[in-house]
Amino acid sequence: MTTMPDPRQALYDELVSYGHIIPAGVPGIFGRGAVFEDVLRRFDGLLSTVAEKDGAESMLFPPVLDRKVLEKSEYLDSFPHLAGAIFSFFGGESQAGELRAAVHEGRPWDPWQKMTDVVLTPAACYPVYPGLAGVLPEQGRLIDMQNWVFRHEPSAEPTRMQAFRVREFVRAATADVVVEWRDAWLERGLALLSSLGLQARSNVATDPFFGRGGRMLARSQREQKLKFEIEVPVLAESEPTALCSFNYHQDHFGRIFGIRTHDGAVAETACLGFGLERCVIALFKTHGMVPAEWPRPVFEKLWARAPEAKAS
Amino acid sequence: MNDAIRAILRDHARLSVDALSLADDADLFKAGMSSHASVNVMLALEGKFEVEFPDRMMTRDVFGSIEHIRGALEELTKGA
Repeated sequence: MTTMPDPRQALYDELVSYGHIIPAGVPGIFGRGAVFEDVLRRFDGLLSTVAEKDGAESMLFPPVLDRKVLEKSEYLDSFPHLAGAIFSFFGGESQAGELRAAVHEGRPWDPWQKMTDVVLTPAACYPVYPGLAGVLPEQGRLIDMQNWVFRHEPSAEPTRMQAFRVREFVRAATADVVVEWRDAWLERGLALLSSLGLQARSNVATDPFFGRGGRMLARSQREQKLKFEIEVPVLAESEPTALCSFNYHQDHFGRIFGIRTHDGAVAETACLGFGLERCVIALFKTHGMVPAEWPRPVFEKLWARAPEAKAS
Repeated sequence: MNDAIRAILRDHARLSVDALSLADDADLFKAGMSSHASVNVMLALEGKFEVEFPDRMMTRDVFGSIEHIRGALEELTKGA
């Protein structure tokens, strides 16, 4: 009897064999090779081209976030299973000795660790909202960022990572403006991914909320069509992978962080993010492991311009 | 039963209006209840009335007003 090869493992192994990803010991954590990074930068550059007339404010944040922002934003109410807090050592000489002994004897060493003031960034847009507090200009604000994100969901599936980069845009304005912006980007995202030869389609989606209460949150999110994803078949036709996610938060962040429109109402927000590694892996899976052998229009679209063009 | 539901709304729904003077058919979401707050309301109702809401009842419609909540609770406690 032969067993069917696991498509997740097969894709992982193929990416490793071409040097596109570099195993790093833990499921969902791996390095990226030079060709992988070249494709990623070029794809990110294409996004910059699509967005360049929008006049977004660019921001860059480290991959860690003020713990109070995570607590205040209700992330732990929705996703306690995905969050990662940073712990560190606060003790003196004797505790350091106990810690050292525990590590070398292979015993748990968490008793000597305490929570710090920072957590790993759970979603690329979270660092932005506290800074939007106050009254927005009449046209609202539009922020553009690329951030590292952490999700505690170890998996053998190469498209499900614990740490990855998201090119994200955040719009804060009145409801009408935010929804129109989201809808326009949904079309842009579909057009961009389709132009790269990917079978992209959009769907109403839900976040992976935790527990029974989470099922209710997911139902509510679906009923109100608050989340869309652009999906592409990567591992299986029947289970496409989300490459791009659009979340309409209504007044959630506006209320929590005191963001107001120019006429004093609570501002609404939406974000959209392209999972950059997922987009790259979808390109490798669809067109093959060697970019030079990709269909000409796809290759030329990515290689026609310098990836650094954004900075010029 | 409606007063017991109102008391739970007062403690868990984080409404922008007084839960105790709310009409039975008032829209709780329009009165300021967030999705997260509705989950807390659901869990508090389950504790108070010793019921478990099945998935089919975990909707915005069921938790959208005092009278809808009462309807769901009556169905769950029927014959108990």
